[in-house]
Amino acid sequence: MANNVGAADLDRFGAFGGRYVPETLIPALDELTEAYAAAVNDPEFTRELDDLLRNYVGRPSPLTSAPRLSEEVGARVFLKREDLNHTGAHKINNTVGQALLARRMGKRRIIAETGAGQHGVATATVCARFGLECVVYMGEEDMRRQELNVFRMRLLGATVVPVSSGTRTLKDATSEAIRDWVGSVNDSHYIIGSVVGPAPYPRIVRDMQAVIGREARAQMIEQAGGLPKTVVACVGGGSNAMGVFHAFIGDGDVELVGVEAAGLGLDSTEHSASLSRGRPGVLHGSLSYLLQDEHGQILPAHSVSAGLDYPGVGPEHAYLMELRRATYVSVTDSEALGGFLALSRLEGIIPALESAHAVAWIKGNRGRWSDDDSLLVCISGRGDKDVSQVSEMDLLS
Amino acid sequence: MASASEIISSESIAQRFGALRAESRCALVCYVTAGHPSPAATIELLEGLDDAGADVIEIGVPFSDPVADGPVIQESSAVALAHGVTLDSALDLLRQARISVPVVLFTYLNPLLAAGPDVLARAADSGVAGVLVTDLPLGADSEREAWLARSGLDFIRLVAPTTPDDRIAHICEHGSGFVYLISRMGVTGTRHDAPADLAPMVTKLRAVTDLPICAGFGISTADQARVVSRMADGVVVGSAIVKAAAQSTDAALKLVRSMREAMDG
Repeated sequence: MANNVGAADLDRFGAFGGRYVPETLIPALDELTEAYAAAVNDPEFTRELDDLLRNYVGRPSPLTSAPRLSEEVGARVFLKREDLNHTGAHKINNTVGQALLARRMGKRRIIAETGAGQHGVATATVCARFGLECVVYMGEEDMRRQELNVFRMRLLGATVVPVSSGTRTLKDATSEAIRDWVGSVNDSHYIIGSVVGPAPYPRIVRDMQAVIGREARAQMIEQAGGLPKTVVACVGGGSNAMGVFHAFIGDGDVELVGVEAAGLGLDSTEHSASLSRGRPGVLHGSLSYLLQDEHGQILPAHSVSAGLDYPGVGPEHAYLMELRRATYVSVTDSEALGGFLALSRLEGIIPALESAHAVAWIKGNRGRWSDDDSLLVCISGRGDKDVSQVSEMDLLS
Repeated sequence: MASASEIISSESIAQRFGALRAESRCALVCYVTAGHPSPAATIELLEGLDDAGADVIEIGVPFSDPVADGPVIQESSAVALAHGVTLDSALDLLRQARISVPVVLFTYLNPLLAAGPDVLARAADSGVAGVLVTDLPLGADSEREAWLARSGLDFIRLVAPTTPDDRIAHICEHGSGFVYLISRMGVTGTRHDAPADLAPMVTKLRAVTDLPICAGFGISTADQARVVSRMADGVVVGSAIVKAAAQSTDAALKLVRSMREAMDG
């Protein structure tokens, strides 16, 4: 497989994706590709994954109608409740599957990067469940913003390594996790938290997250009486969005909308809107849209939400955008805070600041839909982790 | 800069290794980060390395996210970027330096792509003899690999301790100039022990290629350089030079001279 240059095409989404990594990692990516192909054809793997998703994660997650938000938006809004999963976000859908893969490959040490800490917590959780050693890289700036999640990871037995290089956020945590893996690849598995990184990661993570859309599609048919007009999800790296989009890609009439973080505004330099404002380039092992300067240096991203604060995006999103199958929009920090407050006050659901971007976008687009249209919004996680950060912002005054 | 053409290195990598082979000497391949600790110091260092016994110089293009590099080269890249160094200004530094040995442009893919399709011609005009792209392994991107292969520059490929045997042969077939053997697991950086299993890796490579084999990663003392020079055709020294250059150009050159002596002794 390693020598079959043609195989590289399977690693791509159109022109995007690929495996742009140091040579040292190539055999591990080959091994992972093969282990994953074997696993998905093994009924025992599927059975165990399904069992964990049901009885450990708590799936299926509910689809909740949002009557008061619906009134505000002028359409029938349904929320896919990934916030109700064990550990409070969609991230665990991926980590349970990858922990099973690590076990199949005989790797006892797990590396992860984290931004908001949700992926770190989800990784630390499955490592505790499977008795695996867990090392999580986290930017110092994010450790400050997400103190509670740092404590949760340590409580779960993980080692949290502060990353002080570069922007001290998710980008640098990812670089540091890759550096660890380059030196430890023989006994360690790297659980990437989003649909980014070198192939086969974007596909594996998408497949693990695709359960969101599979469930939601069936739930919409049952509860809303048909497919949604529009599916909306926030996009940082883009894993909850790919997860909820995937089942609908073949439904040509269903509009797919990814909401990026516009931070202080798209025309400022303080945002994370790689698809809206970036251009193609190579970072962290794949070719996709990036925030970069004219010399190919990666620019620092900004978002009020640590989980969206990343200058790249999954290659499959770049592909869906080029195909015009999905549309990518953005909302600012302050609009996102408005979404955060709105969902809390109107529906009694405190969303993660990441998910609040999706809420804010539909809230800001009243008039775009008719009253009969149904919207599916992915609430990728709950906002408990953000409460202390938001409490310092005077949101209620 | 106008008179640059007469001082641009005209010796190819193959010629240099051919000459070394005739003398039964091992090549000393020295890495510097362009613009570290300052652009002016880089010119001084490039010229000094040529005098101090370097056979090939790798000039590193600073990148914001160098995932294959340890703390020393990360820090040097950050310093160079703070000086505003780009791929093209690295080529400018090269044109200004009076050096005779072949130069390899050492870069991550993204700055190379951002510099545009003509960048390889500009590199050649600046005296670059070969290109090494850290994050473009064999088979990763046939289109861009073909672009490098047909550029007329040598395309230096890397072999890692994890690379399976059949892939090693393929990598050597698709590379030119020399093969860069990553002598140990991990990112770049200084270490004090000698790589344990270098000899069998060199033997494996010799069986499949006639290209010179240069071993690097973690070589930071004259003693290590001497040990490695008994096995490989070239010794690559990076972080140790960068670390010394952060103190002074003289410190870096002193280290290189001591390595040269140890290797030739």
